Amino acid sequence: MEKLHLLFVFSFSWLASHLNMWLRTGIGNSFLLLVTEMLIAGISLLAFLVILCFFLGYMERKVAAFMEIRLGPNRVGPKGSLQIVADTVKLLFKEGLTPDGSDKFLFNLAPFVVVVTSMLAIAPLAFARDFQLWDVNIGIFYVTSISSMAVIGILMAGWSSSNKYSLIGAMRSGAQIVSYELSIGLSLISIVILSGSLRLSDIIQSQANGWWIFKGHIPVLISFIIFIIASTAEINRAPFDLTEAEQELTGGFHTEYAGMKFAMFLLSEYINLFIVSAIAATIFLGGWMPFHIGNLTGFNHAMDYIPSSLWFFGKTFFIIFIIMWFRWTFPRLRIDQLLNLEWKYLLPISMGNTLLVSAMAVFGWYL
Amino acid sequence: MTKEELKYKLGEISREAAFDETGEFLNVIIPSPELLPLIKPLRLNKEFYFDYLFCITCVDWKDYLSMVYHLTSTLHRHTCVVQATITDVHCPQIESVSGIWKTAELNENEIYDLFGVTFLNHPNLRRLFLGDQWKGYPLRKDYTDEHMILL
Amino acid sequence: MQMTRKPSDITTDAKSGEVLHHEGEFIINMGPQHPATHGVLHLKIWLEGETIKKIEPHLGYIHRGIEKMCERLSYRQFIFSTSRMDYLSAHINNQACALAVEKALGLEVPPRAKAIRIILAELTRIASHELWWACSGLDLGGVTPFFYAFREREAINDIMEETCGARLTQNFIVPGGVMSDLHHNFQKRVKRVLTQIKDNLHEYDEILTGNIIFQNRLKEVGYLSREDAISYGCTGPAARGSGLSCDIRKLYPYDGYEKLDFDEIIFNEGDCWARYRVRMAEILQSVHIIEQLIDSIPDGEFQAKTKNVIKLPKGQFYQRVETARGELGVFIVSDGAATPYRCKFRSPNFSNLSAIPQMAQGAKIGDLVAIMATVDLVIPDIDR
Repeated sequence: MEKLHLLFVFSFSWLASHLNMWLRTGIGNSFLLLVTEMLIAGISLLAFLVILCFFLGYMERKVAAFMEIRLGPNRVGPKGSLQIVADTVKLLFKEGLTPDGSDKFLFNLAPFVVVVTSMLAIAPLAFARDFQLWDVNIGIFYVTSISSMAVIGILMAGWSSSNKYSLIGAMRSGAQIVSYELSIGLSLISIVILSGSLRLSDIIQSQANGWWIFKGHIPVLISFIIFIIASTAEINRAPFDLTEAEQELTGGFHTEYAGMKFAMFLLSEYINLFIVSAIAATIFLGGWMPFHIGNLTGFNHAMDYIPSSLWFFGKTFFIIFIIMWFRWTFPRLRIDQLLNLEWKYLLPISMGNTLLVSAMAVFGWYL
Repeated sequence: MTKEELKYKLGEISREAAFDETGEFLNVIIPSPELLPLIKPLRLNKEFYFDYLFCITCVDWKDYLSMVYHLTSTLHRHTCVVQATITDVHCPQIESVSGIWKTAELNENEIYDLFGVTFLNHPNLRRLFLGDQWKGYPLRKDYTDEHMILL
Repeated sequence: MQMTRKPSDITTDAKSGEVLHHEGEFIINMGPQHPATHGVLHLKIWLEGETIKKIEPHLGYIHRGIEKMCERLSYRQFIFSTSRMDYLSAHINNQACALAVEKALGLEVPPRAKAIRIILAELTRIASHELWWACSGLDLGGVTPFFYAFREREAINDIMEETCGARLTQNFIVPGGVMSDLHHNFQKRVKRVLTQIKDNLHEYDEILTGNIIFQNRLKEVGYLSREDAISYGCTGPAARGSGLSCDIRKLYPYDGYEKLDFDEIIFNEGDCWARYRVRMAEILQSVHIIEQLIDSIPDGEFQAKTKNVIKLPKGQFYQRVETARGELGVFIVSDGAATPYRCKFRSPNFSNLSAIPQMAQGAKIGDLVAIMATVDLVIPDIDR
């Protein structure tokens, strides 16, 4: 009975510690043990990301179909669930073209830079209770700095393609990501101020008695909204997909890419989507923390029985759904409108909001 | 203005104008050098005010070409057709009206492309549809092409 | 203004010596394959950053020489070659040609044929505007509107298929009337489509018209003054958005439009938003026109008697109609033979295209897409 309880609530940490113990008995050398554990973690993370991207691809199609009063994929596999596998196979077999006039080294490097930067940012995420790859003390700082590196890959791709549309796309992306970094940073800082730590596990712990979005009143709600808008822009999704802007730039920075190299950009887009939503869920919606209402012990106890990983993924996918909803309902902004939105509205608002949050933190006005 | 009034007024402007009233509109037939002296007052003069050039084309009559300008006025809602006859078939030339109606610029490019009429003082005369290397002017009656299939 | 430049500022092609570009110029070629040009339009764009300095259209990628072909086709045949010009108003193009022939012959069309022509023409106009709405949403980055508009467009296409036998290039009109009588389902289905359109139009407003991003993309973008609209020979919704009254159905009525009650939609702002609202309002006007006719289609012949070989009298004939994009003029020069001596189609898109460089002066690339979306070009009509 005790075991069963563990399986539900601490499933991942239980699994991880048992694996660790089992390996320890097998491998005596501590360095070898570390390498083996890192390999296992890395491979399982990669497998997780691939499955995640498959699922997000399927989800995007179904959400799009739902918004567009149509059915979406429904032929390959049950309910069309294998469509994305078929597409991946197609992409795998396509020729990876490299244009003649391009800078071949940078052109081939760019997709990997983009994917690796987005994969790096997944390290400090807490997927469930006590289940975190790397609980680093500068968690949020790490994530923001890594995610702003993605622009290098995009600039690389746009520049090396030797295509004017790609170049315009890359330049737009540079302007866009650099600007929206500010709002993202400021909205994250508001929670850092309230919780007093950059470490993600501390931030989650600080929400044990209520998520920040409820505890922090209106200022945190404002930062949450700003974070969602700015991060949609940061990951270049519609209505901020000016870097791709199919109708203007025929695909923007990835115009010249085909086959697996193109799939890398797609992969990184979905990983970024997941990371951004996971961060939002962790910072504002309490990560794997279950939903509790004040002193309703019965209700709270029932909520505790829902596995923490389910809480985390539920919140994350809720935010992913919202961002997808944006994509399929909004038209695209123009480049000057995009920059106006950031510099004239979001940035001043988030600066004022940071001030408010600081006051809240100093006077203890939150719950 | 009615057809008769137009005819009377136009006769005053251009002595060489001939008139053809058989069709729906009043046709003014003039030799090509007379085009600008006739057409400028048509556009600028308040009582004509032909500000809307709605169709401009060319007809190849084998021994001469005729440029056809369909003019109407958004103010008075009267219409007239100016036909300028170009007698030199081998090297046809006529003044451009693109300075008067901006729509003429692209349309004259088209006519240059398909009829080979050179427009003097045209800002950017080029072959619009066919390539620069294309030989001949397809809408001319004497145009032949080795790939052309005659039924 | 032409600036004098040092020769070292100029990059030339190694083989031909042709000047490719000057120093500091950034030229992009939009098209012939580009998602926003809706076909094989090629615009050469001089940029400064994202701002457009100059546009030069290069045409001819779908030039089929329809005018030359018409010189060899009989008056019954040449009508159908015009379906391939503005394929979204194929029916109205056919109508223009048939009217030109009828005008030259002095042929009286039976009232039933006239009513059928108008109903089909207005259905075509609605279908065309639906496609325009779908694509303008798509051009501005919203994919969803496409599927909403295609519900009604499909329904209209189904009616066309049932009555004319074709969905896009109907070829239903012959000189003297229409090719065959209406399908017995016609009235029922048209009424159903009209209710469907009126019921669903509010969804269009919810999804695009009311969207703040969409409005900001169109407002004060692509300004075209009334004077410029006249000078460039613009017609249709593109000109009516600039306050120019140019609806041929009102000014030079044909096929009995003079008996019908409808409004000419005119907005004076001259920007993309005005052109957008003109088209949206025109959908309702077309619905209104069809509603007046659908219950009172006169009985009788659907085709006047004509000779097998139509020969037009000597002379020049000009007939204009209002297609979904503006004034289509058919200019026939006849020498009395069984084929036109010269046939010129004054296409609305050609004139509207010539105004685009003016509208896009100083705009951004994204604005150019918005301008092209609201002018609603159909490329085969430009190249002919």
